[in-house]
Amino acid sequence: MKYLKLKATTFLIAASLASPLAAQEAGGRLDIVVQPEPPGLMLGLIQNGPTQLVAGDIYESLLRYDSDLNPMPSLAKSWEISEDGLTYTFQLTEGVKWHDGEPFTADDVVFSADVFLRETHARLRASLAYVESITAPDPMTVVFKLKEPFGPFINAFENGTMPIVPKHIYEGTDFANNPANATPIGTGPFKFDEWVKGSHIHLVKNEDYYVDGLPYLDEVFYRVIPDAAARAVAFETGEVDVLPGGSVENWDIPRLAEMDGVCVTEKGWEFLAPLSWMWLNNREGPTANEKFRQAVMYAMDREFMKDVVWNGYGKVATGPIASSTNFYSDDVTIYDHNPDKAKELLAEMGYDGEPVSILPLPYGETWQRWAEAVRQNLSEVGINVEIDSADVAGWNEKTSQWDYDMAFTYLYQYGDPALGVSRNYTADRIKKGSPWNNVEGYENPSLDEKWAAAATMVTPAEREAAYLEIQKEIVDDVPVAWMQELTFPTIYRCNVNDLVTTAIGINDGPRNAWIEK
Amino acid sequence: MTIFAVIVSRLSKAILTLLAIAILNFFLIHAAPGDPAVVLAGEAGAADEQMIEQLRERFGLDQPMYVQLGKYVAGIVQLDLGYSFRQGAPVVDLIADRLPATLLLTLTAFVVSLALGIAFGVAAAARVGKPSDTVLTTMALLFYATPLYWLALMAVLVFSVWFGWLPGFGYETVGANYTGLERVLDIGRHLILPALTLGLFFTAVYMRMARASMLEVSQLDFVKTAKAKGLSDAVIRRRHILRNAILPVVTLAGLQAGQLVGGAVLTETVFAWPGIGRLMFESLAARDYNTILGVFLVSAAMVILFNIVTDIVYRIVDPRIGARS
Repeated sequence: MKYLKLKATTFLIAASLASPLAAQEAGGRLDIVVQPEPPGLMLGLIQNGPTQLVAGDIYESLLRYDSDLNPMPSLAKSWEISEDGLTYTFQLTEGVKWHDGEPFTADDVVFSADVFLRETHARLRASLAYVESITAPDPMTVVFKLKEPFGPFINAFENGTMPIVPKHIYEGTDFANNPANATPIGTGPFKFDEWVKGSHIHLVKNEDYYVDGLPYLDEVFYRVIPDAAARAVAFETGEVDVLPGGSVENWDIPRLAEMDGVCVTEKGWEFLAPLSWMWLNNREGPTANEKFRQAVMYAMDREFMKDVVWNGYGKVATGPIASSTNFYSDDVTIYDHNPDKAKELLAEMGYDGEPVSILPLPYGETWQRWAEAVRQNLSEVGINVEIDSADVAGWNEKTSQWDYDMAFTYLYQYGDPALGVSRNYTADRIKKGSPWNNVEGYENPSLDEKWAAAATMVTPAEREAAYLEIQKEIVDDVPVAWMQELTFPTIYRCNVNDLVTTAIGINDGPRNAWIEK
Repeated sequence: MTIFAVIVSRLSKAILTLLAIAILNFFLIHAAPGDPAVVLAGEAGAADEQMIEQLRERFGLDQPMYVQLGKYVAGIVQLDLGYSFRQGAPVVDLIADRLPATLLLTLTAFVVSLALGIAFGVAAAARVGKPSDTVLTTMALLFYATPLYWLALMAVLVFSVWFGWLPGFGYETVGANYTGLERVLDIGRHLILPALTLGLFFTAVYMRMARASMLEVSQLDFVKTAKAKGLSDAVIRRRHILRNAILPVVTLAGLQAGQLVGGAVLTETVFAWPGIGRLMFESLAARDYNTILGVFLVSAAMVILFNIVTDIVYRIVDPRIGARS
């Protein structure tokens, strides 16, 4: 009886797995907006958003991640982490070929991580600093040996973080100027076909893809449409099927979502987990005072801003770590909208009405309105606010030269506080000239030690406890004004199935996507 | 001076002017806040000092300004506009890629607006004070005053979204792989809305100018003489008035023609037209120095070229101009 029951269950599981498979239809074309036009498609050289969106179909890494950030097979079919947390062993997937027909082997992985990306990929370089050696004991095995345990290392095998590039094309060449960059060769489900500058990028199905039956789509067109309103129109008229997050202004989303046969999802941003905040200049002016910074937090009605400026999309941030990132905790001081408390704090510090400026992020109307909303809230408690403005290059200059009082930004977290959070708060990351580090100038030596220790603890439980302590302390200090976890909804036609199934959403979405006819 | 002598003298001055413009542009763009290496590194979502230094070195931005300027000018003299930091390709190639689309759009708009503008202007002048004149003049005022981007969006909304008659953006149907006549027709359909949008403003300008100029010239004594000689109204209008009234229109046309390369940024953006205006705008946002300078230089060359052409056309339309000098 027990045996039978087991068999029945097995059958049921098999049936439930088989039924959606049976419905999947091969063929068809998908048109996806890409904005702005990527500067290039060689993912090993360029990792900006548009490049990751398009080249994420061409290149692959060892692993993929589900929306809870659990690793899944990709170019590696299995992996093992030694108990001391120092050795990562990957067994590679068999039968993988580069788009030019050459076989993919462990040598490609070693070359990519140890030679190519070490030279070209700033973000990966930070993780590779923990690596002692990368070796290929046999053509199907790669071993990463670390100098000390580095908890988040398992998150480093994402496509945009460690794209595997072909050794036979790049070895011994000038990577940045290799003519092959114009015709990218990867192992992914789609091959590069054509790029008409200013118009579109055309990818075609990789018929030799190593997963049977994948991909379903015959071709994918990435369409370049520079104007946000025109992108909305392109979706309305059926020219494009998918508007990736951030393609249209927020107030257009409800209108498009109400159209027949249109679906919207907020999923697919779990790995990047964009968290927005305002840098508060900790060096000078009123923002150098902790009480002033706390007053800013209490003065703002961030729920209102989320509902009105962002049309309800996203989640008010509780601190430096986004809720989808590992080791998040909301067991911290919560800054509700409390103008009286804000006024009290301002009175305590003796704020004299010295004006402070806000620099919005020059990414369109939504950000401008957000700055307006902040100004209004801060004015209500008696803070004298001016709104500054700059284009993208000017914003980079002002923030990286510390020429601001309060400046909007958002940054990705890459699944782990040691990858995408601590870099914004530790004193060793106070360096003029870059707007992706500790721009606010926050210094807390005891916390610095805790950040460093938490990164190299071996077990998740230890790390969890360490990050809880850090979050509690830093939230009281308010080095920056955390605004909200951003979600950039993907808008697509409902007959496109399985488009967003991983933690990086449509960056590797077309691999599994299929169109119901 | 013969026309040939005029051309030679103007061209030699033009080369000096261009060189001066190139040098001025070089300093202007470097004076703008923002650093291309930081922008590029920033697009990667993370960057360290090492990466920014690498980029600066690769682009030669770590060298003193006078060395950068020297290299740039030496390049221009050899017709080398340099290398795009952002797109990793020679600027000449980038411009050559985008130029045909822009010229197709701006030349179509130019020809259409010039023809319609003159025709409507002449017609309105002949019917001055009558209802048809009022209608034409009002329309011209309307199109003259309407912001281009709004007109573009309305055109897309009406003809593309509501009626579905014409494609709302793009250069051709993506993925259709048309060839031959089919392709020409396809591009033509895509061209209608942007060319009309861009052309309407200039149609209005030419019409108002042509009408005013026709009315002014028709008051002059030689027109009375022509009438006294018993010539028909049509002949007087065509051979005596129009020929004299056209000069201000030629001047304006020369100004518009100078903007053939760089004057369609808004239209190209709204209609996703893969032209050079957008290249310029995007390069400016990224501080892609060489590309911006390249586009500016080509635009400046067009302005100078059409100034020369305008001068020559003057001499043909009104031979007295050459005789005087």
